[in-house]
Amino acid sequence: MAIKERTKPIERNPKERAKDFDEVSLGFDEKRAVAEAKRCLQCKIPTCIKGCPVGIDIPGFIKQIAEKNFEKAYKILKKYNSLPAICGRVCPQEVQCESACVLNKVNQPISIGNLERFAADWAFKENINDEIKIEKKKKQKIAVIGSGPAGLTNSAELAKRGYSVDLYEVFHTAGGVLVYGIPEFRLPKEIVKKEVKFLEMLGVNILLDIPVGFAIHPRELLENYDAIFIGVGAGTPKFMGIEGTELNGVYSANEFLTRINLMKAYKFPNTDTPVKFAKKVVVIGGGNTAMDAARSALRLGADVTIVYRRSEKEMPARKAEIHHAKEEGIKFLTLTQPIRYIGEKGKLVGIECVKMKLGEPDESGRRRPIPIENSNFIIETELAIEAIGTQSNKFLLSQFKGLNLNKWGYIVTDENGQTSLPKVFAGGDIVTGSATVILAMGAGKKAAYSIDKFLNS
Amino acid sequence: MKLSNKITRKEKLAYGIHMLWIENELVAKNAKAGQFVIFRIYENGERIPITIAGTKNNEFRVIVKAVGKSTYELCRLREGDYIQDVVGPLGQPSEIRKYGNVLVVGGGVGIATIIPIVNELKKHNNKVDVILAARNKNYFILEEEFHEVDNLYFVTDDGSRGFKGFAHEMMEKLLKEKNYDVAWAIGPSLMMKACSDISRKYNLKIWVSLNAIMVDGTGMCGGCRVKINDELKYTCVDGPEFDGRFVDWESFNTRLTQYKEEEKLALKKYLEKVGDPIWL
Ligand SMILES: Cc1cc2nc3c(=O)[nH]c(=O)nc-3n(C[C@H](O)[C@H](O)[C@H](O)COP(=O)(O)OP(=O)(O)OC[C@H]3O[C@@H](n4cnc5c(N)ncnc54)[C@H](O)[C@@H]3O)c2cc1C
Ligand SMILES: Cc1cc2nc3c(=O)[nH]c(=O)nc-3n(C[C@H](O)[C@H](O)[C@H](O)COP(=O)(O)OP(=O)(O)OC[C@H]3O[C@@H](n4cnc5c(N)ncnc54)[C@H](O)[C@@H]3O)c2cc1C
Ligand code: SF4
Ligand code: SF4
Ligand code: FES
Ligand SMILES: [Mg+2]
Repeated sequence: MAIKERTKPIERNPKERAKDFDEVSLGFDEKRAVAEAKRCLQCKIPTCIKGCPVGIDIPGFIKQIAEKNFEKAYKILKKYNSLPAICGRVCPQEVQCESACVLNKVNQPISIGNLERFAADWAFKENINDEIKIEKKKKQKIAVIGSGPAGLTNSAELAKRGYSVDLYEVFHTAGGVLVYGIPEFRLPKEIVKKEVKFLEMLGVNILLDIPVGFAIHPRELLENYDAIFIGVGAGTPKFMGIEGTELNGVYSANEFLTRINLMKAYKFPNTDTPVKFAKKVVVIGGGNTAMDAARSALRLGADVTIVYRRSEKEMPARKAEIHHAKEEGIKFLTLTQPIRYIGEKGKLVGIECVKMKLGEPDESGRRRPIPIENSNFIIETELAIEAIGTQSNKFLLSQFKGLNLNKWGYIVTDENGQTSLPKVFAGGDIVTGSATVILAMGAGKKAAYSIDKFLNS
Repeated sequence: MKLSNKITRKEKLAYGIHMLWIENELVAKNAKAGQFVIFRIYENGERIPITIAGTKNNEFRVIVKAVGKSTYELCRLREGDYIQDVVGPLGQPSEIRKYGNVLVVGGGVGIATIIPIVNELKKHNNKVDVILAARNKNYFILEEEFHEVDNLYFVTDDGSRGFKGFAHEMMEKLLKEKNYDVAWAIGPSLMMKACSDISRKYNLKIWVSLNAIMVDGTGMCGGCRVKINDELKYTCVDGPEFDGRFVDWESFNTRLTQYKEEEKLALKKYLEKVGDPIWL
């Protein structure tokens, strides 16, 4: 039997979408969803499930889509994953569920992410309300610090179990990276807002604008709450640290994206936060953050080049985003490493780079890039955006003493998410280092189980 | 918790310099000398850092100098109005302890900023000499709050009150006569740099408060980075106070000009909308 090709999602024309911040991929319509769902072999031993960090019953929900029982599909998803509309859009499926699908052997894995997204969007459109089953009110109080995917999931789970939950966020909007990092054109903020509303319906008390550790001392938290969950993210940007990093025109991707996404700088001067526009922009890095920064700069009207020190194969970004970036006209300059920023009167005018070649694999298993002698050259540019990763955010940890940290400064927990202080649990990027939305959610959920058990024993 | 962010009292201290008392229990109860808040005045507003210049019960106070769109807007608010977002306290508190003889310099709105620091230093039994510097005699704000200091000196650009000249010149005059164990200088960055140069010459540690351009104030964006002793530091979480002798003032000052054109445009557009800023 010939295997049918993977169904392609509906995507907006690259030329048109490169001019605005509206969503790029429109996902599946009903016809496509059903066609794609029918391709699923409904394996007796579904390997795909092992590829999903939260173990969604993938054949189960897909079967319902194939039979046009979209509501049932949605309900199955919701049992495992409280944020299917988000995960369907942003999970790196090609290294998770879809890589584990048997049909990957013939390069045509089921488009699980798009199906998940379809079911969630359908439920949203049809106003299918999630059943809110809240257990009998318990007397214990829990503080959740940070409203990224880890904190959102943790508070939802605990609220459903009847606990009083105070969710603290230092920003003026809840959502963590989902609102300040990942751009609108990849994850509409409407979706995040809806999830936050859902938390409110569950009775979670959301407290914005509060820098925990500074406005509330950790001692007070320990006194006033029966358990604490820390989900403050990895957050702090790393710089390469090359000469000229202080020049005007050099940004971290976090700053560039925060100005644009959270502060809506692309609407300046109708909004008050400015961001630099430039004709030519260089983005350094090869992950999701680099793609997001590059595609945002493009939408502000720039000619954008991504500079990456390994080859495209090693780029950690979602494959779909690399593909989208190329379609939109972003240039890729791989095997290239910036070594110095060049400034004039304090402003960036160029970057000196050196060409690289790939040597033996390093600890991460990726081939190590080695500079090629005398291959230096200069790229002229007014803006450089570094997207080379983040490190442990010390904002809370500088105030919250007594937690065991590992050598990189991330919180050490046991397999249940419990830290060295018995009342305190943690999860997400602040434990693993920057990872993924679904892993942060999984950690938030697991810690909720552990907190429940801890409080009932 | 009283976190209304309501402006409970407001007073104009000098042209373009306004004092606001704001109801926010968490900031009022937890603020320490040297810390700041971040305001977002309304939904589409930008995030601007302002130093906490005193607290009382559930309220804290800030002194704002109108320099552009957001600070003009802040000064235009009235008693009873609300600020949409107030985040704080943020930053590392000033390093206050018993030093012995301390010299504190405040220039412009920096005069307000040093009040909590001076008060804490006095509480820790230091001898505190204070230099207040302003353009002319009309810009000395809140001077009645300095009555407990050991010596108070006034400096004006035009000589209309006290010493005629710059704060750092007065500072050098004092350093020639007397030994100090540590100094603070808070005000315009040109003043802080000049005071730091004097301090270097006399081998005196000097704390300055850097007003870097910020977004989040939590160490998440790196926009507020400054070069201290050739190392990158984030002003919002490592500072805002640093030893001025080791600050790379040149790059710091250049970074402050990053959005000059945008700021001009924003103010122009704002003034077109509201007319003459007679409220300043
Ligand atoms: C630009 C970008 C693109 C990405 N793209 C993808 C993608 O496509 N797919 C994917 O799976 N992953 C992606 N990621 C990674 C993913 O977003 C993160 O792994 C995930 O958000 C981590 O979740 P978290 O809950 O641990 O922390 P975060 O999302 O970082 O949230 C932490 C929250 O805690 C708050 N906080 C911190 N300190 C305090 C304090 N003291 N008091 C109160 N609040 C505090 C912060 O303000 C923040 O809102 C991307 C990341 C970035 C930056
Ligand atoms: C820690 C700290 C404490 C401060 N305390 C006070 C204070 O007590 N009273 C006071 O009047 N001012 C204070 N400032 C300065 C104040 O934040 C700026 O004057 C204000 O942001 C200017 O905004 P604007 O829109 O009115 O002016 P704009 O025209 O936008 O800017 C004028 C100048 O202010 C600086 N600036 C602009 N945006 C920012 C920003 N987001 N963050 C920081 N600086 C910016 C730039 O150098 C700019 O050239 C402080 C700054 C910092 C970093
Ligand atoms: S949650 Fe992510 S990994 Fe799991 S099935 Fe959905 S898209 Fe795949
Ligand atoms: S492995 Fe692939 S084909 Fe098999 S059940 Fe899972 S999604 Fe369907
Ligand atoms: S303001 Fe963003 S890191 Fe300091
Ligand atoms: Mg401004």
